[in-house]
Amino acid sequence: MTALLEVKNLGISFGGLRAVNNFEVSIKKEELYGLIGPNGAGKTTIFNLLTGVYRPDSGKVILDGQDITGKKIIDINKAGIARTFQNIRLFKQLSVLDNVKVGLHNNHHYNTLEGIFRLPRYRTVEKEMNEKAMELLKVFDLDKEAEYQAANLPYGKQRKLEIARALATEPKLLLLDEPAAGMNPNETGELMDTIRFVRDQFHMTILLIEHDMKLVSGICEELTVLNFGEVLAQGETSAVLNDPQVITAYLGE
Amino acid sequence: MKNMKKTTKNNLITYGIVIVAFVVVQLLIMTGNISSLLEGLMVPLCMYVILAVSLNLVVGILGELSLGHAGFMCVGAFSSAFFSLYTEDIITVAPLRFFLALLIGIITAAIFGILIGIPVLRLKGDYLAIVTLAFGEIIKNLVNVLYIGKDENGLHFSMKDAMSMNMDAATGKILINGPQGITGTPNDSTFSIGIVLVLITLFIVLNLINSRDGRAIMAIRDNRIAAESVGINITKYKLMAFSISAGMAGAAGVLYAHNLSSLTATTNNFGYNMSISILVFVVLGGIGSIRGSMIAAVILTLLPELLRGLSDYRMLIYAIVLIIMMLFNWSPKSIEWREKHLAFLKRNKEAKES
Repeated sequence: MTALLEVKNLGISFGGLRAVNNFEVSIKKEELYGLIGPNGAGKTTIFNLLTGVYRPDSGKVILDGQDITGKKIIDINKAGIARTFQNIRLFKQLSVLDNVKVGLHNNHHYNTLEGIFRLPRYRTVEKEMNEKAMELLKVFDLDKEAEYQAANLPYGKQRKLEIARALATEPKLLLLDEPAAGMNPNETGELMDTIRFVRDQFHMTILLIEHDMKLVSGICEELTVLNFGEVLAQGETSAVLNDPQVITAYLGE
Repeated sequence: MKNMKKTTKNNLITYGIVIVAFVVVQLLIMTGNISSLLEGLMVPLCMYVILAVSLNLVVGILGELSLGHAGFMCVGAFSSAFFSLYTEDIITVAPLRFFLALLIGIITAAIFGILIGIPVLRLKGDYLAIVTLAFGEIIKNLVNVLYIGKDENGLHFSMKDAMSMNMDAATGKILINGPQGITGTPNDSTFSIGIVLVLITLFIVLNLINSRDGRAIMAIRDNRIAAESVGINITKYKLMAFSISAGMAGAAGVLYAHNLSSLTATTNNFGYNMSISILVFVVLGGIGSIRGSMIAAVILTLLPELLRGLSDYRMLIYAIVLIIMMLFNWSPKSIEWREKHLAFLKRNKEAKES
């Protein structure tokens, strides 16, 4: 199988700090890939590099054969990368349904005038969007809360809504930044099922950052361990987790 | 869907309020139960409602604080008044001329909205507020040094004084006379036209909010980074909201210009005083609540006139009413009380939020 995401020699410096150096990864289609490392290792920076928040100083990012290095956030989303955030970033004052519908924005079109004058295309497209959004919400068991204001959802459901919104953009690659942060073991277990389900149902390739080792060892097929901005170990999950170097980085000597 | 019906119902209530108010005022006028002072206030009232609703699109829906709204109104007023005066002899059908003037006022103001929006919308929060304030003042002051006249040779233009336009003395006519502004604009604005414009403004804003574009604008307000990450073009939608809002302020300006026979740009009508007044309507009516800003605009415009009998205490009471309205709308205690005792209001609020 060919790689969906191919990252070569990626790096960025902030002032004198080399936050990420020579990062390489190759993720196959429909793979569940984990990115772990101690705090400050540069995991979220890598997400920001992949999604265009930061421009890399060096290296190449190739998604599905297309070079997306240094492109703008919107263009990278259009090319097929969607993400969630470590600190949840929902559209708080919008309804749960509307949050997902914003995600559907670029795949369903009608122009401003059609919207203001409620022309036939507005009706058909809005109906399509509503159905699509409800379908997605059902997958995440959020359909009953569709009319709620997003800010009023409990924490775990907010995380799920963020994933639903990211999926609405119909990405090829989904980046999850600490999806289990702040969840209790029950919620984490449920989340693991959801992530697997998303992979199978949507044939999605998923790259996730996580600290919860139970989740990582439970669902990730391959791992990259990052330490001080450099790749410490890479490969199959069980092999990587037993690597003495990795154990040292996490637990100290 | 349920959501759709709820918002549609809410919008219909808003239109209903406007129409009922119009009918009641018309009846009062016909039966002679309204003072001429109040009757003269009806067109400005429509203007204030349009301004408040349009500013709410920027402040409440886009979530950016703009203090230069009166500037766009100024652009709309002067461009349309200039057009009306220029074509007064050419287009003799008043409604047609007013309609064209309206279009010109709206389009010019919207173009200014885009031109100013491109540099200004890169800023955020306080910085944006201050720069829009400055642009509003710049527009007002530019209009104050603008001289345009026409004679048989065509249009003449100067930024110095009326003399330096070198117009033909016999056929020359000054259209815009610097600080003296425009005099002799045909009085084409009526209360009915004002109400129609209010309804159109409400229709556009309410329908925009509940459409794909409106959702994108509100998504930017709620979380810019997340909006960008799902592929929303931030610049495009910010400019869209800003220029639509400017265009509507332009329409209010057209209404204003064609209600007065002489139009001058002063601090009170096109300066920051006006911009702040409009912002007060929006904040008191509830940021993001279209119906709220409409009602606040009406109450706060009528109040000083209704309190005229109290002479010296007029502005004191006005200030107290401002504070009370603020407390009623925003204090947690009063929200709690409303939720308990005014269940019907709460229902409306929920619908607005969804």
